[in-house]
Amino acid sequence: MLTVQNLSVSFTQYDTGLTQKQLTVITDLDLHVNAREVVAVVGSSGSGKSLLAHAVLGILPHNAQISGTILFKGEPLTRQRQASLRGKAIALIPQSISYLDPLMPVGRQVHQAARRAGVATTDIRQRVDHTFSRYELASTVKQQYPFQVSGGMARRVLVATAAVGQADLIIADEPTPGLHPDLVAETLNHLRQLASAGKGVILITHDLEAALQVADKVAVFYAGTTLEIAIAEDFVNGNLRHPYTQALWRSLPQNEFIPVPGAQPNPDALPDGCLFSDRCPLVTDACLTERPSLRLVRGAPVRCIHAEG
Amino acid sequence: MLKGEQLSFRYSPHHSWVLQDFNIQIAPSEIVGLLGPSGFGKTTVGKLLAGYLAPTSGSVTVEGQPLPTRGSCPVQLVFQHPELAMNPRWRIRQVLAEGQSPAPELLQALSIDSSWLSRWTHELSGGELQRIAVARSLNAHTRYLIADEMTAMLDANTQALIWQAVLDYVRQHEIGMLVISHEAPLLKRVCDRIIHIE
Ligand code: SF4
Repeated sequence: MLTVQNLSVSFTQYDTGLTQKQLTVITDLDLHVNAREVVAVVGSSGSGKSLLAHAVLGILPHNAQISGTILFKGEPLTRQRQASLRGKAIALIPQSISYLDPLMPVGRQVHQAARRAGVATTDIRQRVDHTFSRYELASTVKQQYPFQVSGGMARRVLVATAAVGQADLIIADEPTPGLHPDLVAETLNHLRQLASAGKGVILITHDLEAALQVADKVAVFYAGTTLEIAIAEDFVNGNLRHPYTQALWRSLPQNEFIPVPGAQPNPDALPDGCLFSDRCPLVTDACLTERPSLRLVRGAPVRCIHAEG
Repeated sequence: MLKGEQLSFRYSPHHSWVLQDFNIQIAPSEIVGLLGPSGFGKTTVGKLLAGYLAPTSGSVTVEGQPLPTRGSCPVQLVFQHPELAMNPRWRIRQVLAEGQSPAPELLQALSIDSSWLSRWTHELSGGELQRIAVARSLNAHTRYLIADEMTAMLDANTQALIWQAVLDYVRQHEIGMLVISHEAPLLKRVCDRIIHIE
């Protein structure tokens, strides 16, 4: 459904005075999403995971330079095509209720989302009602303003705005920010059901644990690139390929809680070689000369020259 | 001992109680977890103990003394959003100086890169900024640290990195901690005991 290949995004930024800085925020990023599949994109803040969503939706700022390929249903996703598909075939579940219009009752916003998605005018009312009951939202919620709906309800409203249309691809950007575990489970469940209904779902999150609860595949982002796209079971089965993915798993509190020291490289000073090389316990000279390309190891793509089959 | 006794809080007599008759004690070197759903006043407990809010009734004491009203507070609070706790017009160097120059070992344990010091707060990622907030809060006057969802928005590796640095530091300096979180595995990993609010 969606294929992202060698995507790079950079910004030219003016520092104090006239000095220019080139910020490379996404470097050779790859992702593949099929229908009926939840693909989690996991990474820390600054790993480029939200920018990927913006790139797919075509809402990057105009000073962004983009290269690489984004295919949606086999056709290149150009700016025009993005504009015509956004909110229709491709829908976003935003991060927080603050993305909604604070001055408009939520019922009307879901209604508008349906219209924007191209639902026939005669069907909109029925579709909105159906979506409200589908997400256990009382019809009295329709009259409420965003600030009046409780945290759990707000989550369902956000999912409803994306699900009311007939989108084929749903992008959920950090849909469980610091939520209580019950709410996290509920939101993830909604994503799973959207996938079961035939959609492709991208779950963008910092929370590896949440990702593993629902995803079929987990794409691990780091410093703007895809380091590994693992099958969810690879984590529990000890079948991970990239040193960073292994470290991420090891660092969970329920595992060893041991971190790798250091931080992601800055986007204005990326190393020539592997982006993880300054923190990698397995680094050799060969890692420093060029960016490892994505290759298949034990059936999954990984960007590490020393990952073993 | 950091003690909150019969703590109650509401914004005004017209508002309902956010917290009522809550008691808590944290000993030096002790790490206490506070677990419970949102909306049960956990964050208020943290703010009261750190002096960010004054209790409507009840008292907060540190080693038997009320919290000082001026100077550096012995009870420091780190919360989920470091960007909200920093002056956006300052460079990182200035932000850190508020904490009266944190120990170099601490900066190193947090993997704070010296190149960050000349940057503006918006140039660092959330995980990098939270390391700065933690370094600032652990200064020579700090006796107790309240961590309110301190790593809730961070990836697992950054979470573990910050926690290992904090745990080492508080053990060494006999600092007591209150850890507010709804992540049970994290609390189980770091706390000596856990209080469940229902
Ligand atoms: S390519 Fe080298 S530095 Fe990069 S992850 Fe693999 S072993 Fe580590």
